[in-house]
Amino acid sequence: MRDVAVIGVGMNKWGELWEIAIRDLLAESALLALDDAGIDSVEAMYIGCMTSGLFTDQEHLGSMGPDYSGICPVPGTRVESACASGGAAFRAAFMHVASGMGDIVMAAGVEKMTDVDGGGATFALATAADQEYEVYNGITFPGLYAMMANHHMNKYGTTRDQLAQVSVKNHANGFNNELAQFRMKLTLDQVKNSVMVADPMTLLDCSPITDGSAAVILCSLDKAKELTKKRLVKVIGSGHASDTIQLAQRENLSYLKSTELAAKQALDMAGKKITDIDFAEVHDCFSIAEIMVIEALGIAEVGKGGPATMDGVTAFDGKFPVNPSGGLKSKGHPVGATGVAQIVELTKQIRGDLDKNRQLKKADIGLAQNMGGSGASSVVHILEGV
Amino acid sequence: MVGIVGYGAYIPRNRIKVEEIAKVWGADAPSYKRGLQLREKSVPSPDQDTITMSVEATKNALKRAEIDPQDIGAVYIGSESHPYAVKPSGTVLAEAIGATPDCHCADYEFACKAGSEGMFVAMSLVKAGEMKYALGIGADTSQGAPGDALEYSASAGAAAFIFGKENVLAECLYTHSWMTDTPDFWRREHQFYPSHGGRFTGEPAYFRTIMGCAKALLEKSKMKPEDFAYAVFHQPNGKFPMTVGKRIGFKTEQMEQGWLCPTLGNTYSGASPIGLTSILDVAKPGDLIFMVSYGSGAGSDGFIFKATDKLPGVQNKAVHTRAMLDSERRKYLDYGTYSKFRGKIKLRGE
Amino acid sequence: MSAPKYWREMAQRYRFEAVKCKKCGRVLFPPRLVCPACKSREFENTRINDKGTIETYTIVRIPPSQFTDEAPYPVAIVNMGDNVRVLCQVADCEPEELKIGMPVRLEFRKIQQEGSSGILAYGYKCVPE
Ligand SMILES: CC(C)(COP(=O)(O)OP(=O)(O)OC[C@H]1O[C@@H](n2cnc3c(N)ncnc32)[C@H](O)[C@@H]1OP(=O)(O)O)[C@@H](O)C(=O)NCCC(=O)NCCS
Ligand SMILES: [Zn+2]
Repeated sequence: MRDVAVIGVGMNKWGELWEIAIRDLLAESALLALDDAGIDSVEAMYIGCMTSGLFTDQEHLGSMGPDYSGICPVPGTRVESACASGGAAFRAAFMHVASGMGDIVMAAGVEKMTDVDGGGATFALATAADQEYEVYNGITFPGLYAMMANHHMNKYGTTRDQLAQVSVKNHANGFNNELAQFRMKLTLDQVKNSVMVADPMTLLDCSPITDGSAAVILCSLDKAKELTKKRLVKVIGSGHASDTIQLAQRENLSYLKSTELAAKQALDMAGKKITDIDFAEVHDCFSIAEIMVIEALGIAEVGKGGPATMDGVTAFDGKFPVNPSGGLKSKGHPVGATGVAQIVELTKQIRGDLDKNRQLKKADIGLAQNMGGSGASSVVHILEGV
Repeated sequence: MVGIVGYGAYIPRNRIKVEEIAKVWGADAPSYKRGLQLREKSVPSPDQDTITMSVEATKNALKRAEIDPQDIGAVYIGSESHPYAVKPSGTVLAEAIGATPDCHCADYEFACKAGSEGMFVAMSLVKAGEMKYALGIGADTSQGAPGDALEYSASAGAAAFIFGKENVLAECLYTHSWMTDTPDFWRREHQFYPSHGGRFTGEPAYFRTIMGCAKALLEKSKMKPEDFAYAVFHQPNGKFPMTVGKRIGFKTEQMEQGWLCPTLGNTYSGASPIGLTSILDVAKPGDLIFMVSYGSGAGSDGFIFKATDKLPGVQNKAVHTRAMLDSERRKYLDYGTYSKFRGKIKLRGE
Repeated sequence: MSAPKYWREMAQRYRFEAVKCKKCGRVLFPPRLVCPACKSREFENTRINDKGTIETYTIVRIPPSQFTDEAPYPVAIVNMGDNVRVLCQVADCEPEELKIGMPVRLEFRKIQQEGSSGILAYGYKCVPE
């Protein structure tokens, strides 16, 4: 396997983007990433997208992506693993370059979610769960994570405030991120008193419905040295694991086994321990998710993710900053784009590209964790500045 | 010996009080309570219908019968509220209890006597030796038009009876059916609510038909009202069954156990069958039971059952009908929720 | 609701039909082609219990489009014993009654219906025991 680096990243402001269609939404980030890398084409494009069909009636992004990004006839491949589609697309692009199959490949992610109404979006997102044994019976995504939250609270004594603190922390980070969808600071009371979505998850425990995209350019390390003068950001670890698609069939209803396994693969590949990592971007689709993720990654002990969050371990200036971008909660969660946007954030932090209030003090090694469904698939990547 | 080898009922948890309905329509609740002897009625949840209640009643019957559902040769659901206009209710039921595929199935419809019709045919097929067991069910989630007198009574419930020849709980000694063409109550195709002939539903319809059937049945059996431990009649309201029973010669004590209408309402095809389950819950070996149903249009099915010594052993194998009727988990609905549950609110796009 | 999609799940939704691994005894609901525990592909037919206890729950207040008229409604993951859990709605239960560890029983209910002309889709919900 060859060494691979990220040499270009692109992402625009996320939100309710009424004026832009999925074709240009995807192309915008692709063009920004090409510009950032200083190139005008790549050899292949991987596109993470969960369900453009249900959200916009548009499939076949494998053609539309290269076409509107101006890189036709480059081959395009859509990668789907629900909300982990972006992370999986990045991994596919990484494997493409690492294997020697190609030198320069783009990984992009997109989701255009606001062309349907709230019920339609909830329906589309629920297709990530088991249709016949979960969704048939009326469960939603916030509902699945709410059941995990209740289980976690009951089993480990996690409190309502600890859950809410995840949102408070991530909004504090996102407040400084000019690309984030929701740039407002929150208090614990605001989170707890917002509209109930699925008990105990309120609106402000949930990631929002977002239009957005992101793209990154991967390149073999040797070639990258010729192409760019920016700090090289090497992909030192990649891991990917699955779990039962039904939440009900997991041994522990509030533990993310797929995240633990994907992280172990990535850390082993990188030859690192979790304590060697400086910061992480993780999949906080709901407040409880971040608590379970930091437990599965080993940032906090199992059952102690709540207190660790409350104690500021994962805060911007904490021992192990988590979601300095604002995370899915504040930055937004255009599902297929999220995993790629995490790589964008890691790269920017490692290169030291960000404004003073956004730039972490120490950011040489970063970890990205992206998951699909109720944790039924997880992708973990580790990037290091060289 | 042919008779009932398993029986069970199902009554939903929701109730609405007569006062709550009367309040909305400016009607006089005390006069309904006194005149028609109605206090409250059961209401199905939006996720309950004739099929779901039939399945649950049958599961209770199977708990008592302890037979292999594969041996059930026929399933007959009698109802005026089959959820589909075209497509049988009985197929869903048969699939749910595991009686498919070697099984005869038909949905019956004869206003409020569809349930006893199903029982009658099920019993006859077993008696004829056509099959080992047959299932007859009466179930309804009936609707009365908002503000109509029927709205105070139309309710929901189901009763299921498995007929067979072995381990009989109540032997079927005699039956009789009596019918004429009497248009006292009807619902035309595509109409949501039924229409009725007001006071014409009383003397020339309900009373004449039940009396005709009861008299013929007593003559056939050479029995007298005082021979019976229990009697149950179709109960469109609380008053009619007591009145007709007394005219035939029965006493209040014989009728009370099966008289559920004051707090259950009129479960249409389920009415006298559910009353019968309540009687079977307490009857002793040797007790004679007299039942006459009534369906508008109009006809009655009459049955005489005799409890056997097998009955006491199974009474507690499933929930008693009165326990469901008087359950502590009853939930009283306001008229708004009741209207939503019953689909009485006109929604966008329909 | 597509009729064939609904129809092929009937044995599980109506009668809780499951399979039991002949090698390790694991009960699988719904049935699978291979046992995830021991990789055996030999099974015998069985059924899951209709009684269980609630292991976790929520109340769905913002539903998917096809459940708009029902919301809010509770949903639970119920442990049916034999290492089998099912996810289903909780019927006949007030939100404040819901508790982890609560005993429940599965009842036959209508789960979905498509407008006023589509098929009626039945299945199980749990009710307080
Ligand atoms: C939580 C959720 C149900 C809210 O949807 P909704 O009830 O339709 O909310 P609305 O769109 O009516 O928004 C109400 C207000 O809250 C804001 N808002 C919506 N979601 C928000 C969120 N997650 N965080 C902060 N604010 C939010 C809206 O901008 C709006 O503000 P305004 O009144 O000032 O314009 C929806 O965002 C959701 O489903 N999120 C989960 C997405 C998901 O499951 N992703 C996959 C996870 S793996
Ligand atoms: Zn096995």
